[in-house]
Amino acid sequence: MNLEQELTKRKKELMSTHKITTQKVNFKVFRFNADEDYLPYYEDYTMEVTSEEVVLDIMNRIKWDYDGSFSYRRSCRHGICGACAIKVNGRSTLACKESMTTMIEYFGNEMTIEPLSTKRAIKDMIIDKGDFWKKHEAVTPYVVDEIDETPESENLLSPAEANALNDADLCIQCGACHYACPVVEVNEDFMGPAAFAAAYRFEADVRDGDVSRLTDVNQMGSGVWDCVKCFECAEVCPKDVNPIEKITQLHNMLFQQGKAESNVATRHAVGFEKSIKKNGVLDEGGLVLYSEMAGIVKHVPVALKMFSKGKIVPPWGIVKSENLDEIQKLVKSSSTVKF
Amino acid sequence: MEKLRYALFTGCTAKQSTPEQYMSTMAVAEKLNIELVELTEASCCGASHLQDYDDFLSLVLNARNIAYAEKHGLTMVTICNTCQLNTAMTKHRLDNDADLKARVNEKLAEVGLEYKGTSLITHFLYAIIDDIGLDKIAEMVVTPLSQFNIAPFYGCHNIRPSELQNETHNKAENPYNPTSLDDLIIACGGKNVDYDEKNKCCGFHAELQAPKTAAILTGNAIAGAMDNNADWMVTPCPLCHLKLDTQTHHASEAIGRDVALPVLHMQQMLGLALGCDQNLLGMKHHLTKVDFV
Repeated sequence: MNLEQELTKRKKELMSTHKITTQKVNFKVFRFNADEDYLPYYEDYTMEVTSEEVVLDIMNRIKWDYDGSFSYRRSCRHGICGACAIKVNGRSTLACKESMTTMIEYFGNEMTIEPLSTKRAIKDMIIDKGDFWKKHEAVTPYVVDEIDETPESENLLSPAEANALNDADLCIQCGACHYACPVVEVNEDFMGPAAFAAAYRFEADVRDGDVSRLTDVNQMGSGVWDCVKCFECAEVCPKDVNPIEKITQLHNMLFQQGKAESNVATRHAVGFEKSIKKNGVLDEGGLVLYSEMAGIVKHVPVALKMFSKGKIVPPWGIVKSENLDEIQKLVKSSSTVKF
Repeated sequence: MEKLRYALFTGCTAKQSTPEQYMSTMAVAEKLNIELVELTEASCCGASHLQDYDDFLSLVLNARNIAYAEKHGLTMVTICNTCQLNTAMTKHRLDNDADLKARVNEKLAEVGLEYKGTSLITHFLYAIIDDIGLDKIAEMVVTPLSQFNIAPFYGCHNIRPSELQNETHNKAENPYNPTSLDDLIIACGGKNVDYDEKNKCCGFHAELQAPKTAAILTGNAIAGAMDNNADWMVTPCPLCHLKLDTQTHHASEAIGRDVALPVLHMQQMLGLALGCDQNLLGMKHHLTKVDFV
């Protein structure tokens, strides 16, 4: 068989196994023009969607085939620039990367297309991302170092040093995690998962000499301690950056470098070790008391109600773990940090 | 049907602030012909906070808990979403990193234990769906919950991160459109309520550090269920339960609207449908009165 025959054969094989399918999908699309509209509205579009298309293709078809005024951001079409992030049925997604086949598997044939944050909409899918960039900027998202202006050699990183970034450098600042974060939604001061991933990326860089970044993410109300641990950011990230893992690593850095101050959040984390060392299991009341100290007072009304319903076990009533000596030995030998 | 056997990791909450969850788990297990071997040696899993302080210690302690399930040669069943996440995450990390596993086992050897990776870890909700099946459960229902609109509240740590969670049970759960708890409601004869907050966060893990944020999230969840005509809510997670059941005052204040609904643990809902003695389901331990039983 010559090369041409071989290629024809392979093409036929591929065509026979890879079927392009088509199905009808109803789209409900968020429309809003801040210059003209008092309120946003939703426009319906029904299209035959092929299994080869991505969400961006659908947005292009709306613009090109139905309404030229439909507006959205797009640029690279390769999941690099981060411009085209939007929400499909409430799920943040990078439009150019997300296949319609996956979306149909996830949500069936009824889809709502919205901007990442409807309350920040300027025109259709285009939002004012100012809060995202402000918070990104606040973590000093660059290497701070004294630069030798006439270096004699390159400043190389070892593979181990590069691996320490733990893929945080893959972030494309698309905002998918930021606008999926429930804390960002309700607390405008919270810096958000993307900013924390960026903070980790530069803190973990051995070349960096910045001294303020960890302090900046250590603030109550805006910093890492206000994370609710919902994993929305990890779920949604189109580049698998896993921002919540970076938030945990920032917590670890704060403790390891002695920058974690004694407050309700840090004591809450440390309190688990104390309780485990004493009982194996958690002493729930003891943990709240240790974490809150005098602040415990505000919990008293609910605690009394819980007590009356048999929901609070006093310290002497706690059933400790069996083989507690093993746990105590392991806490002693495996601890890697002091508070 | 052959008796199912699992190693039960109760977690701390079921033994302290949600005693009704432990009671109803035992009552339902008996009805479903499940033997639960309780891991009385287990420590606290660290509840996703210990690892913020000391990640390695958290791994060692969770590996020790799993090692006890392995000694029994049983699947470890959890009844708390956060126990499930911490334990399954430990297993995932150790099974995929030989160096880390060796370091952890070096410590466990000091107390004569070893983590092998031989036990599966799954939440009770998924254990009964996988090993008994929804059809079989529906057949066993003696008191269908047909007069109730029931709002499922999944809890983050059973559905996210989905890549990890879907390693722990047969049918993949879509974190944006989960169905397992809806399916269980339907199997119990109830009407499942669809609402936006069913797969959202209750705020529990920031209750002390960020009380306002936590209270708003709790309020939004209950309000979402109420606005979709739910008679009550059901959850597989005792931590979500604590938030939704005991924090209604703060939640109402935070969102500027009175919100409260009875909230049942999934075991209590199942127990009602399977005809368990109601005294064994512990409804009297709830703060928001369960007034329909």
